Amino acid sequence: MILPLFIGLGVFYFYPVFKVIYDSFFHVGSFNKRSFAGLGNYQDMLSDLKMWESLGNTFLYAIIIVPLTVILALILAEFLNTRIKGRNVFRVIYFIPTVTMSVAVAMMWRWIFNGDFGILNHIVSFFGGEPQYWLSEKNSAIACISIVSIWMGVGLNMIILLAGIQGIPSTYYEAADLDGASRIRKFFTITVPLVTPTLFFVLITTMIATLQIFDVIYMMIQAKTAALNETQSVVVYFFRNAFEYSKKGYASAIAVLLFVIIMIITAFQLRLQKKWVNYD
Amino acid sequence: MGKMNSTIKKEKLGAGRLVIYIILILGCVITLAPFLWMFLTSFKTQVEAVSIPPTILPRQWVVTAYTTLKDKIPFFLMYWNTIITSVITVAGQLLFCSLAGYAFARIHFPGRNVLFILCLSVLMIPPSFFILPQYIIIQRLDLSNTLHAIYLPNLFSAFGTFLMRQFFMALPKELEEAARIDGCGHGRVFGRIMLPLVKPGLVSLGILTLRFSWNNLMWPLIINTSTEKMTLTAGLSFLQGQYLSDYPAIMAGALLAVIPLIVLFAIFQRQFIAGIAFTGIK
Repeated sequence: MILPLFIGLGVFYFYPVFKVIYDSFFHVGSFNKRSFAGLGNYQDMLSDLKMWESLGNTFLYAIIIVPLTVILALILAEFLNTRIKGRNVFRVIYFIPTVTMSVAVAMMWRWIFNGDFGILNHIVSFFGGEPQYWLSEKNSAIACISIVSIWMGVGLNMIILLAGIQGIPSTYYEAADLDGASRIRKFFTITVPLVTPTLFFVLITTMIATLQIFDVIYMMIQAKTAALNETQSVVVYFFRNAFEYSKKGYASAIAVLLFVIIMIITAFQLRLQKKWVNYD
Repeated sequence: MGKMNSTIKKEKLGAGRLVIYIILILGCVITLAPFLWMFLTSFKTQVEAVSIPPTILPRQWVVTAYTTLKDKIPFFLMYWNTIITSVITVAGQLLFCSLAGYAFARIHFPGRNVLFILCLSVLMIPPSFFILPQYIIIQRLDLSNTLHAIYLPNLFSAFGTFLMRQFFMALPKELEEAARIDGCGHGRVFGRIMLPLVKPGLVSLGILTLRFSWNNLMWPLIINTSTEKMTLTAGLSFLQGQYLSDYPAIMAGALLAVIPLIVLFAIFQRQFIAGIAFTGIK
């Protein structure tokens, strides 16, 4: 019964793992011309400024996107955990970006951020601000990419956190009510500590996803421009090396590096969880 | 005095509630406004879309962007490709993952733990890690620019196997023992008794897989370069590359591409939300 799965996993997943690691020690050019490189690809990475910049960008995206997404999701989940009218309508609306294709989302926002005709510039100039080419300049482009990613990620995490909050036994809240605790106090002393296992899950998955950010950057930033070099993530740079520059060996080395980085960060978070996650 | 206290409390509660409402509604506006703008742009002429000052509502609602879409890219074919490959991916994952998930949860066989850990290890590796060798394998099999290329590597999922295993684990042992006493083999126990009981798991996995398959960009983008064999994500990327300034057309294509999943979500929202929430609880 597991044979069909393992044939598939073997061909498309297990074998590729070894293949990528193996290939990262070769120069693989177009038409699969290869020559042994030893650690050459890894040495090249050290002196490749674009590589360093993409690495820096990826960490920057993670630092901006992960906390904001999780905090916003937690706040919204808390608000939706009240008996208010239209709760279900809110829940459904917030979830829509989660089922929407990221490609379409990026195209939609790209049009909003458009420097010449975008609605954002019209709004900005209406309030007396200076219109800008949002997606052409490094800092504003990174901000835009982050906003879109947060916009896309909040709903999903909110649903998961809401399920976590609803799993907290109501007796805790009843006891707090007897003591006359305020809502804000209950949030910080009951909800947050007891939802930490879910919070931890959400944090880890959002972190792993953000470290692999690709779609939004690929679709929002004009190809073959300086802006793309300045805003690209590691995965975008990997993609361009593999399929645009035809440097498959180098791309393999980047993939290995990314894997190691994700492993280290995840292991670090797993270690750290003992300090703040409450399992009962 | 007591009465006064309670009215104050109520007022406070009312004000707090109002703030919550305002924030929630603001959140909805931020969520929906981009979609509205996409919708409105798609019904404008190309000239009106770039007019200064901009119009909010189209001066005249035109469907040119929609009718000319098929002349720019083989849009309907791409739509069909997306549907076909998504359906096959979902069906394949449900089959392979429930089979393997059942075996891992319910059958004792030598090497089970080792194989399960091997399976889980795939979960820890970023998808882009596999993509280069997968690309070369598909090329070797002479399958690039076919629909098979799109779904083939995605039929097998470590995550799906894990998910289904968790569902099978939760079923009581007595069920299976009773069936075995009645002389049912593993195949019958699986198909007749166990599978119907893990329907929520199948629905969750189906929804998650559909969402992944419909929206996946990188793999379809590289493996199929002929527009006839593209799915919607790659097709939209191509459209945006070719007709960079035809904003109504780009918005029309994007809007049509996202409608099916949003409609499906509207119908099955309970299952969607439960399916997603479940992954967090496990």
